[in-house]
Amino acid sequence: MTVHQSISDETRPAYNYAYLDEQTKRMIRRALLKAVAIPGYQVPFGSREMPLARGWGTGGIQVTAAIIGPDDTLKVIDQGADDTTNAVSIRRFFERTADARTTEATDEATIIQTRHRIPEAPLKAGQIMVYQVPQPEPLRKLEPHEAETRKMHAWAEYGLMQVKLYENIARFGEVTTTYDYPVMVNGRYVMAPSPIPKFDNPKMQMSPALQLFGAGREKRIYAVPPHTSVRSLDFDDHPFRIQSWEQPCALCGAADSYLDEVVIDDQGGRMFVCSDSHHCETRRAEGHRGAMLADASALHLVEDEAKP
Amino acid sequence: MNMQVNPQELGLDPAPLLSVAGVSRFYGERIGCADVSFDLWPGEVLGIVGESGSGKSTLLRCLAGIDKPDEGQVLFRGGTEPLDIYSVAEQERRRLMCTAWGIVHQNPRDGLRMDVSAGGNVGERLMDNGARHYGKIRETALDWLQRVEIAAGRIDDRPRQFSGGMQQRLQIARVLVSEPKLVFMDEPTGGLDVSVQARLLDLLRVLVRDLGLAAIIVTHDLAVARLLTDRLMVMKDGRVVEQGLTDQVLDDPHHAYTQLLTSAVLTV
Repeated sequence: MTVHQSISDETRPAYNYAYLDEQTKRMIRRALLKAVAIPGYQVPFGSREMPLARGWGTGGIQVTAAIIGPDDTLKVIDQGADDTTNAVSIRRFFERTADARTTEATDEATIIQTRHRIPEAPLKAGQIMVYQVPQPEPLRKLEPHEAETRKMHAWAEYGLMQVKLYENIARFGEVTTTYDYPVMVNGRYVMAPSPIPKFDNPKMQMSPALQLFGAGREKRIYAVPPHTSVRSLDFDDHPFRIQSWEQPCALCGAADSYLDEVVIDDQGGRMFVCSDSHHCETRRAEGHRGAMLADASALHLVEDEAKP
Repeated sequence: MNMQVNPQELGLDPAPLLSVAGVSRFYGERIGCADVSFDLWPGEVLGIVGESGSGKSTLLRCLAGIDKPDEGQVLFRGGTEPLDIYSVAEQERRRLMCTAWGIVHQNPRDGLRMDVSAGGNVGERLMDNGARHYGKIRETALDWLQRVEIAAGRIDDRPRQFSGGMQQRLQIARVLVSEPKLVFMDEPTGGLDVSVQARLLDLLRVLVRDLGLAAIIVTHDLAVARLLTDRLMVMKDGRVVEQGLTDQVLDDPHHAYTQLLTSAVLTV
């Protein structure tokens, strides 16, 4: 059923549609189906060599390759931005191998492959989030034995995860885990949400989009189906809290988005800007202006849409 | 050779807490322990003594649900129904091990999480059992640290920063916090100097009496056995050669090996 079968022999590339061969894709899809059926459960799969190093998103790329079709529109973000090296490379990879349409707009995308962030714009039914996961096992740093962590998952023995949070509070007065903050999926499995900031954890709760997680090096796939409960672990007297900032985005003035701190000179100057580059651009196009937008556009760092 | 203990006379609960029948464990051709049977009543402390390699630790591992014995049965009456610990699912056994049971290891490193603070170590069992209130967990941990004579100010220190004796006391607090009915101790005073041993023994005696714990203590130190235990089992080459009330066994040993053992104690 590959698209390239319709192309004449001379122009036919040396690889299958979406790079992976059909058997591999079927294997990954089977793992995905199992993962969706058991929310939060880590399904082993036969991770393949990809044309980039493990640890650079091979798990996410394999998941995307297994689910992408000619009708899909792909968005790739790295650290929230569409224009970082890894995001650009992965987007180009699928443009070449899967004839994929690509976009930077969150609401136009049907598949969003991500590392580190969930877009600020709310996700819709029908969209699929694909996460690149470096370490799928939330208990790994606490319990080094794989056989033991599997038993702990099997019997929902998650006291140890709570011990980690206890240690944080005992030492620092609050839970200091800011990314890859452990969540309980569907009231059953504790899951590592990949290194997204805990700011994004609430977006996973009852999300209408399907969320797929691929860990290439660790050879695991897991998933959160749409409308599934995803609760961040906490204590009754130390409830889960997300990060907050004292100032809004310096470019678009958004007060409710996740901000990156950017050092702008060697005099200690810095600015806080939206980490979701598309969200920031959209807001600027709508006429929102942050405190430092004029300075930044004078340096041609960003385009100031509102300027004449 | 075998003493029958009448529980009613001792004022104990008539149903034994732990019934062990014909437990054997083999390492290939060699015997780990063979055909061990006994009953343990609630609140009773049983000592297992014997020389190195006599199968004490093997037996303890079989009883504590760590190693499955090749033959025999271990019945535990934690609830109303007696539970054959090796016929139930591993899940059930693990749950027992972190609620109704406790194991104090000879080496505190085996029983403690060395990179987790003292408070976290004590609180772990509470969190395993579903406690999710930080303030209450910490309060309980503090209480237990004080009961084992660790200063409240050390609650956020890691076991690495503790002395050997403190680590052993911390391990005991970590086990007892879930208020188990039965505690297994493998050489609880091993590797400690004599004065620290004495304090630990004193502490154990008080805790065991106060909490009404049943305990099985493996030791090669007859002084420990004399101080802590109600009943004694003497093992040699994997078999029980003599058992009875501690004072009886130590003061009037019948079996030749027990006589050898009691006469070998150094008196300074």
